Amino acid sequence: MATLRMREALRDAMAEEMRRDEAVFVMGEDVGVFQGAFKVTEGLLEEFGERRVRDTPISENTIVGAGVGAAMGGLRPVVELMTVNFALLALDQIFNHAAAIPYMFNGGARVPLVIRMPGGGGHQLGPTHSHSFEALFLQVPGLLVACPSTPADGKALLKAAIRDDNPTIFIEHEGLYGARGEVVDGEGEPLRFGEAAVRREGGDVTIVGILKMAHVAEDAARALAHEHGVEAEVIDPRTLRPLDLDTILASVRKTNRAVIVEEGWPHGGVGANLATLITEQAFDYLDAPVQRVTGADVHMPYSKRLEQAAIPHEEHVVQAALATLEGSL
Amino acid sequence: MADLPDAGTCYELLARMALIRRFEEEAGRQYQRAKAGGFLHLAIGEEATIVGTTSSMREEDYLIGTYRTHGHAIARGTDPRRVMAELFGRVDGTSGGRGGSMHIFDREKRFMGGYGIVGGNLPIAAGLALSSEYKGEDAVTVCMLGDGASNTGNFGETMNLAALWSLPVFFLVENNLYGMGTSVERHSAQTDLSKKAEGYGIPGERIDGMDVIAVREGVAEGIRRAREERRPTILEAFTYRYRGHSAADPEVYRERKEVEEWQAKDPIEAFARRCVEAGVLGEREVEEVREKADETVKAAVEFAEASPEPALESLYENLYVLDSGAGWYAVDERSPEPHRGEREEEEMPEAARRLAEAGAAYAGQPDGPRPNPAEHGDAQEGVEPEVAGEVEEPDPEAEEAER
Repeated sequence: MATLRMREALRDAMAEEMRRDEAVFVMGEDVGVFQGAFKVTEGLLEEFGERRVRDTPISENTIVGAGVGAAMGGLRPVVELMTVNFALLALDQIFNHAAAIPYMFNGGARVPLVIRMPGGGGHQLGPTHSHSFEALFLQVPGLLVACPSTPADGKALLKAAIRDDNPTIFIEHEGLYGARGEVVDGEGEPLRFGEAAVRREGGDVTIVGILKMAHVAEDAARALAHEHGVEAEVIDPRTLRPLDLDTILASVRKTNRAVIVEEGWPHGGVGANLATLITEQAFDYLDAPVQRVTGADVHMPYSKRLEQAAIPHEEHVVQAALATLEGSL
Repeated sequence: MADLPDAGTCYELLARMALIRRFEEEAGRQYQRAKAGGFLHLAIGEEATIVGTTSSMREEDYLIGTYRTHGHAIARGTDPRRVMAELFGRVDGTSGGRGGSMHIFDREKRFMGGYGIVGGNLPIAAGLALSSEYKGEDAVTVCMLGDGASNTGNFGETMNLAALWSLPVFFLVENNLYGMGTSVERHSAQTDLSKKAEGYGIPGERIDGMDVIAVREGVAEGIRRAREERRPTILEAFTYRYRGHSAADPEVYRERKEVEEWQAKDPIEAFARRCVEAGVLGEREVEEVREKADETVKAAVEFAEASPEPALESLYENLYVLDSGAGWYAVDERSPEPHRGEREEEEMPEAARRLAEAGAAYAGQPDGPRPNPAEHGDAQEGVEPEVAGEVEEPDPEAEEAER
């Protein structure tokens, strides 16, 4: 095992897949000479050259659309969008084209395209660079959506996404790029989409967290154990489409309680969706309403004080978990 | 005026144009019979632009079009029966009835699709050209767009990228003078659309889109430039649609006289007359072309009518390529049953079939349609739902700890 930062693990995934398959190439704004706005593509230009590591103009919809066309032409493009907010400029190509083409042409065309984008708050990047739009992409049939929280998962999921024949939205968290984690030496295997990780076992309450909130959920679980004698089971879905609902439901059937943690907005969010799925399919097992801990219903403020107030923290998760246990402690 | 090609080529050009004309007329009729639904955009009057373009393409070249592309697919060699079946929404349609009139597709003929979003096909054209360039292949991508698309953001972005990266792509603007009902003078500050090429340092030219030979030659040069010099071109072809923007268009934005003026320059009539006058084709051959078009289109309608409607069980097919690398995925996560792709031999559950028949958006619901709470006395009128999970006021101490 080696200890790698998330950005290094993602870079390794791209480099390994590029060595393995000539059809894989990377393009995006400042991914080459500049080495990536968040340095995720560092070193790729040097190894693979300008043909396979392509700096693009600032033209998000056309970058993604060129990725769609290149994928239809038999290549496996990995497109980097500088932030998840910039992906909004490419929604036409993502929704109306990448996601729709395989279906609207009845399988006649495939779009093996990976669109990577960092999101999430915590670095004072303000209202146009730090949102969480997992729910937006989650809603679109035809897309796969990955949201890794550890370097090992980031690497293995990105390798899987690149090898897959479907368009994949690969959401990275700005606050996790520097996070270190154990990653297997050498190439390692791709990780199948749709397999959640149980980060911590417990019988009292199920906490589901994605991206950085997977870590916050684990921190909260430790606090619950130490301070309240509550054993929480922590689940990181790792991919939202497909979603490993079976693992989540099995846990909820055991604990009878669920808390969902995300940085995104509350309305129509990942938590709202998951809470509905749990309620529909495990209603009889629930001893308390499903709780959501979400980002605040505002645009991400710049002020450090306000930004931190807009992001869920450990104590919010602890409170939500305790709320599901009210009367039974 | 450019010279006529050999008799065989002239016959073929005339035959393709006549077939498209006949096909489109019949498509309009079938729309009125409610056999075809949705929006129907006919290319009657634009046949020379279409056929002139495809006749200059090689088999390996890609063609990508707009939402007015029945004729483009047919000109590329797609079976007209399958195009008609697509308009009818049937399984034998080019997209199995999933795409409709605006989304004809035929990978075998390298017709890479009709696209319903104006300008949406432009970046994809650049990407197709990039794939050819990347693989060291000779193919050129021919991208058709309307005059209206020249005002989209995609136009500027794609022209820049194509020129910057020296992609083997060629752009043909089918300028039929109107973006839907808005005339070029009213939608574009620069009405000479070919001049828009100047901003990207690539050649821009204008041609008579009603003259199949002029189009053929203009396109041949543009494709040559793309193939040999890796340099895109914007070629603006003036053409005209005799019918409305779509089948539902009262045409209040133009005078009948204007339509008649263009009809007097009909591309099929003019070309047939020229071929006969030059002695390249005989009257009998011109007649034969029309008869064959009639027969082909009649057969297309019969084929489309006989083709079955898509099975309800196929609703979720081809949404994903299953088991292709990332693993299995649920088509619908609401299903507690084994996910599609995990055990593909699983049939669509009975409950899902019932839901699909009822027009529901989801399949795989375990126990059939959900009961309506109102019928079961569950509805809680006047009770405001509580909003769960809102973020609490920040705790100054916790904030301190974060630092």
